Amino acid sequence: MIMLIAKREFRSMFLSPMAWVILAIIQVILAWSFFSSIDVFFNIQAELTTLKNAPGVTDLVISPLFEVASIVLLMVTPLLSMRLLSEEKRNRTISLLLSAPVSITEIVLGKYLGLLFFITTLLALISLMPLSLSMGTELDFYKLSAGLTGLFLILAAFSAAGLYMSSLTDNPVIAAISTFGLLLLLWMINISNASTAEGSHILNYLSLNMHFSMLLRGVLDTRDIIYFLLFISGFIVLTIRQLETQRLQS
Amino acid sequence: MSSLISVNHLSRHYGDFCAVNDISFELAVGDILGFLGPNGAGKSSTMQMLSGNLAPTLGEISINGIDLLEQPKQAKASLGYLPETPPLYKEMTVTEYLDFCGRLHRINRQQRHNICDSAIEHCGLGHVQHRLIQNLSKGYQQRVGIAQAILHSPPVIILDEPTVGLDPIQILEIRALIKTLGENHGIILCTHILPEVQAVCNRVQIIDKGSLVYSADMDDMLNRQATCYEIVLSPTIKQVDISGDDIFKSVTTMSDNRFLIESDLPAEEIIEHTVRQKWGLTHFSSHHTSLEQIFIDLTLTDDKAS
Repeated sequence: MIMLIAKREFRSMFLSPMAWVILAIIQVILAWSFFSSIDVFFNIQAELTTLKNAPGVTDLVISPLFEVASIVLLMVTPLLSMRLLSEEKRNRTISLLLSAPVSITEIVLGKYLGLLFFITTLLALISLMPLSLSMGTELDFYKLSAGLTGLFLILAAFSAAGLYMSSLTDNPVIAAISTFGLLLLLWMINISNASTAEGSHILNYLSLNMHFSMLLRGVLDTRDIIYFLLFISGFIVLTIRQLETQRLQS
Repeated sequence: MSSLISVNHLSRHYGDFCAVNDISFELAVGDILGFLGPNGAGKSSTMQMLSGNLAPTLGEISINGIDLLEQPKQAKASLGYLPETPPLYKEMTVTEYLDFCGRLHRINRQQRHNICDSAIEHCGLGHVQHRLIQNLSKGYQQRVGIAQAILHSPPVIILDEPTVGLDPIQILEIRALIKTLGENHGIILCTHILPEVQAVCNRVQIIDKGSLVYSADMDDMLNRQATCYEIVLSPTIKQVDISGDDIFKSVTTMSDNRFLIESDLPAEEIIEHTVRQKWGLTHFSSHHTSLEQIFIDLTLTDDKAS
């Protein structure tokens, strides 16, 4: 049942022009950023050869690409997640699912998984760019896969937050704006405090960005992974509870 | 035989507002229950509770013997529901949508194909089955909604205003379909259209301000109609003059010389009798305690009282 709902969700995304437009625009922006980092790399390549332990192409081209991707997707994921539940509520299609022999948990997980399928497609397209470099040079595949894992986790976290916001309202635009606000806040929550300030480690821990940048550097720390998993499951549980409550109160 | 739906003391509050107040009823196989009520009477809330879309504040619902609140999944398996707004994914084609609904009800591939075809045929969707739902007219969308509700041949079918937006011929077809389905299913039909209830249903319930105010078999109602007559006599005749007559079971004055009488005798004999009595009979007709009349009586008197 979860897979059935997920597949329908995934398919319906591609039935509207939205998914195609988003994929195309992301691809163009990231290709541009990819191209300029390669340009920079060519310019400083000569100097790099003189250095000992010089950073390779993976550090100078791929990590920046993923960083840009994460920022672009911070803005785009709310647009993808906004319709998940709010549109079902607005069009009253949710009653089809609620009166079918399917539990609310299955509905929520199905919806979330549908979005993850889309995110995976997106990531596959993005990772084609760094992989194309492997034709001409040697890549650090470990670092690349750590970076991809990081990108996947952070996108999954964005989606979970978006899913929850989408369950709160029946207006997709409001869902998108509030998701974006929440994500941006969590992204830059540690921006103001100097690393020495009291309690700064809490803000640092809360920041999405901190955990992501560790993964980008190729450090696969279980603490970061647990942070993302907690983040995701937290929002999914909240969404399920939210839908249950709406059935009681609506 | 156990009933398909049994509802016990069902109540639903929205904050302080009580939308549904202590309703109990049952539905058996072969029943087509007309559920009537003015706007805001709690019809849709009741239907939403029966279909598991809304949790009741108090009370029990069991569908096909399974408690809806304790085992929602099993209970919902024997339920087909068409809400007020048909729940359609408009970016899908009719066949894709019905196939998805079939899968939601865990029907295997081979059967799914057959039931989709028969639902499409029953609802007259044959020539639009490969079109996107969003491009269909309102009437066709409504038919897709009905197809969805009867697709998996559930024992209990709940239809909330199924004939809205349909053309007259289609309405007749859907009514005929509902009648056929009613032979071996239990159907609840929620509607504003009173003639529809009279045409299709064998039981009727009226809900007003959250409470059940009327519940009767259609046959009983029709039988009562047959024994009631409206007569107009000469102005000098008063109720006391005729109420003593033992052929009338009851006499009610409707206006000055217009009376409502109830009698078991055939109409012919009553006429002969009144003529013999020389009461100046000028008008004789069978009285229609139509559903409409009952509906208006029940829902309007409540308004005055409150």
